Amino acid sequence: MELAQISSNLLYASFFIYLVATFIFGATIKVSNENRNKKIANVGIGLTIVGFLTQVGYFFTRWFAAGHAPVSNLFEFMTFFGMMLVFGFIVLYFIYRITLLGLFALPVALLIIAYASMFPTEISPLVPSLKSHWLYIHVTTAALGQAILAISFAAGLIYLIRQVNQEKATKRTRWLEFIIFSILCVVGYIAVGTTFGAMNYETTFEAPVNGSMTQITYEMPAIAGPKDGELLTDHAFGPLFETPGWMQGVNAPVKFNTVIWSLLAGLVIYGLLRVLLRKRVAKSIQPFLRSASPRLVDEVSYRAVAIGFPVFTLGALIFASIWAQEAWDRFWGWDPKEVWALITWFFYAAFLHLRLTRGWEGERSAWLAVIGFAIIMFNLIAVNLIISGLHSYA
Amino acid sequence: MSRITCECGHVNPEGTVLCEACGKPFEENQHLNDNKPEQLLNMRYDGSARRSQTYQRTFVDKVWNFFSSVKIGVSIIILLVVASAVGTIFPQEMYLPPGSDPTTHYEEQYGMLGQIYYQLGFHNLYSSWWYLLIIAMLGVSIVIASIDRFIPLYKTLRKQKPKRHVNFMKKQRIFGETINENIDYSKLRKNLRSKRYKLFEEDGHLLAEKNRFSRWGPYVNHIGLILVLLGSMLRFVPAMYMDEFLWIREGETKEIAGTEGKYYIENEDFILETYDANDENNSQFQESLQNQANPVPENYQTNAVIYKRTDLPIVPGKEPELEKVKDAEARVNHPIQLENGISLYQASYQLNEFQSMTFKLHDKGNEDTNYGEFTVDLTEPKDEYTLDDGTVVRLDRYYPEFELDDGVPTQVSKFPRNPAFIFEVQRPGEEPEVSFAGIGVNIDATGENDYKVGLVDFGVRDVTGLTVKRDYTLPFIAFGAAIFMIGVIQGMYWNHRRIWIQPKETGVWVAGHTNKNWFALKKDIDQTLEDTGIEPPVDQQEEKDKRERGKDDGISTD
Ligand code: HEM
Repeated sequence: MELAQISSNLLYASFFIYLVATFIFGATIKVSNENRNKKIANVGIGLTIVGFLTQVGYFFTRWFAAGHAPVSNLFEFMTFFGMMLVFGFIVLYFIYRITLLGLFALPVALLIIAYASMFPTEISPLVPSLKSHWLYIHVTTAALGQAILAISFAAGLIYLIRQVNQEKATKRTRWLEFIIFSILCVVGYIAVGTTFGAMNYETTFEAPVNGSMTQITYEMPAIAGPKDGELLTDHAFGPLFETPGWMQGVNAPVKFNTVIWSLLAGLVIYGLLRVLLRKRVAKSIQPFLRSASPRLVDEVSYRAVAIGFPVFTLGALIFASIWAQEAWDRFWGWDPKEVWALITWFFYAAFLHLRLTRGWEGERSAWLAVIGFAIIMFNLIAVNLIISGLHSYA
Repeated sequence: MSRITCECGHVNPEGTVLCEACGKPFEENQHLNDNKPEQLLNMRYDGSARRSQTYQRTFVDKVWNFFSSVKIGVSIIILLVVASAVGTIFPQEMYLPPGSDPTTHYEEQYGMLGQIYYQLGFHNLYSSWWYLLIIAMLGVSIVIASIDRFIPLYKTLRKQKPKRHVNFMKKQRIFGETINENIDYSKLRKNLRSKRYKLFEEDGHLLAEKNRFSRWGPYVNHIGLILVLLGSMLRFVPAMYMDEFLWIREGETKEIAGTEGKYYIENEDFILETYDANDENNSQFQESLQNQANPVPENYQTNAVIYKRTDLPIVPGKEPELEKVKDAEARVNHPIQLENGISLYQASYQLNEFQSMTFKLHDKGNEDTNYGEFTVDLTEPKDEYTLDDGTVVRLDRYYPEFELDDGVPTQVSKFPRNPAFIFEVQRPGEEPEVSFAGIGVNIDATGENDYKVGLVDFGVRDVTGLTVKRDYTLPFIAFGAAIFMIGVIQGMYWNHRRIWIQPKETGVWVAGHTNKNWFALKKDIDQTLEDTGIEPPVDQQEEKDKRERGKDDGISTD
């Protein structure tokens, strides 16, 4: 078998192992016998480690196949990010031994890896500016830092679902549902994308882009067509309306259409859950988290920031600057991606300072951890896809 | 100054909340740390006397208190977050496509919002005075907040004594009373030492402490931040920072800007390589390359020769005498380094710029006739060319890059990308004629010419664009960044932990404090107390939570 093929099989395998490990961590909730609980947790963390090593295998085989470290496009970066998330979870698990954390951190990693595979997965060559050891050092350290910070989100979410009063609907319950809905939109996007991908769905339009007629291909049914676009494919669905004109660029209508699909799919999944559960989703999860000590979960969330912040600084700011100095002759250039790394850093600095203030532990801290994760994801996805700059992978 | 003398005999500065030596809470100052009688002690900065808490009268006090507040510090950071984010909504001016005019670009591309963005100055946000002002405030805040806390905290931790006041002990978050007269103190000491605690003793009272140095982490990292900020300001000192740009054509030798004429560079060859999908070595990229509409660049490189001028001091106007220093390659990610701290970066290029153009003179109606040829060297166009048969061709005008604007040629740039000429052709004994000739154009202005100047050949070459940089601020900034990293790691990866052990007539009291990660401290204490006869203390906060749980967390207790 070819090395590249082995590599992608290893990635599938690790994905599957993480999935099984998640269910095993889930099983610890129902088991009240402490001894048995411990045994199940050991299997869970053992499997997680096996999955992690399998993914490490994916990483290095792909490295050998490509001839460069596989962190050079969005697919590779996101899978690496997922791998680091699992690593961060393993580290924090051994400090605090909270099994519930696995139940939240692993699904985040799974979603990120699945999301990664929605981007072109073939091995791509390096353009000259990416040919530097500092690229690997920068990207891997930055991803590790972000991943550890993401663990703080997982713990924060446990805290919120455990602690937010669900007796009546409030602003807090609504925001909590919104977080869950956002996660479900990602699930929805992956489901829709995979389905139409498997069907090889394609619709082509011709539309004016920057003054010249260009063909635009959709891989999902076009709800929002390109502005002034003409449908070329026969018997194709849609479009129901046009993408607003201020969205610029060839890919804008496709991206806009994808966002609509994700929101719709998220809504459908969320709606189904609400109908099935007959109460707020967070409220349904709450009883399962009863065994978690809020203060302990809060400490884990904070500890993740304390560990992740220096790593993030080193990777996303310092190593990044060294590389930028070599590649673009300036260590800092206010490129959108750089600015968002700085924003992330400022934000977590604010988080750490607020922690020093009385009253900012616990719930407020947990909300901050959620916002921090949203900023990281924004930088990872939105800045790459929407605000383009020097770093734009897409 | 009203100093406070504690019952333990220690004299504390004004504004002290907890006695520096024994930790006794001073009634009159408890409000400074928001301490309430029934609650645990707020241990921030060990209850030391901070200037900002003590003095609030004069203007200087007020400014000091403003900047030393963490709330203000966080507000400044959040302000920076919001401002920075706004700057990414539309591209900054420096990232606009070359040649676009910002006064119109934002409106054309982004409509009214773009226009507003431009008008508010957000297109140059990160160098705007107000952005720099917020950063300056951040710097001031960091300095003042750090001094306000570091000095009293440092003094207090140095003066602390193992023997603690009863109220200090009881109101620690980790606290326990054991009634047992057979306590194995030597085992306890051994356990503490094996966990790397330093032990201090006073009349049988024990203080076990570790990682005090981690308390200085924030101050170290703040110093690092200040160094980075100061280092960035050095940019504004002209001698510290140089940023020039050189366009060099192949075969050309140019003085390297910023070296005062001492160094020269010759561009021997500019190379642009793209990935070849059919190359054996690229087989792993085949699929990816086939999916790309455009060729994927593999390498940008300038093969250059660096020269040093030997006839120093420089006499103006004299031809330089050059001595070769080295052959060098400038590739992306691999700049050329010169010995004087200057680096040359491969930054840009222009392929196939015209170098020379050869024309022939022929009859207007018949391309096969030939009255002679001449070659215009675009780097040094001559005023006149004489052909073999005596015809004189005068070069009236040269447009390096031209465009026809309503039939009138206009100059777009001074780079020979689309050259055109106005020639005046005079054959011996005939009236002169005017011809306009370029690539694919040949205009006879009067329509009455007998001859035509036709392009027969041209020579091209590549041009490389190199940035010339010297940045003496880099070591300062790198140094600041290193100090910052040391500081954050020092503060984040270690925690300051203290355990107080107080012998009582019938047993022993234990209290513990850490600046972060309480569960880890609790684990530490529980392990050290094993087999010593001392019962593990409780986390009073956790106990309180447990008592209150069910009342307000929405989960019915069962
Ligand atoms: C981007 C700017 C800043 C960064 C990256 C930064 C970084 C840090 C870090 C990492 C800590 C340690 C936190 C912990 O141990 O939990 C810290 C502590 C602290 N910072 Fe900052 N800081 C910044 C700006 C400021 C500002 C503007 C103030 C002004 C109020 C400030 C005041 C403090 C204080 C009072 C502490 C606590 C010191 C102690 O615990 O002894 N910082 N800072």
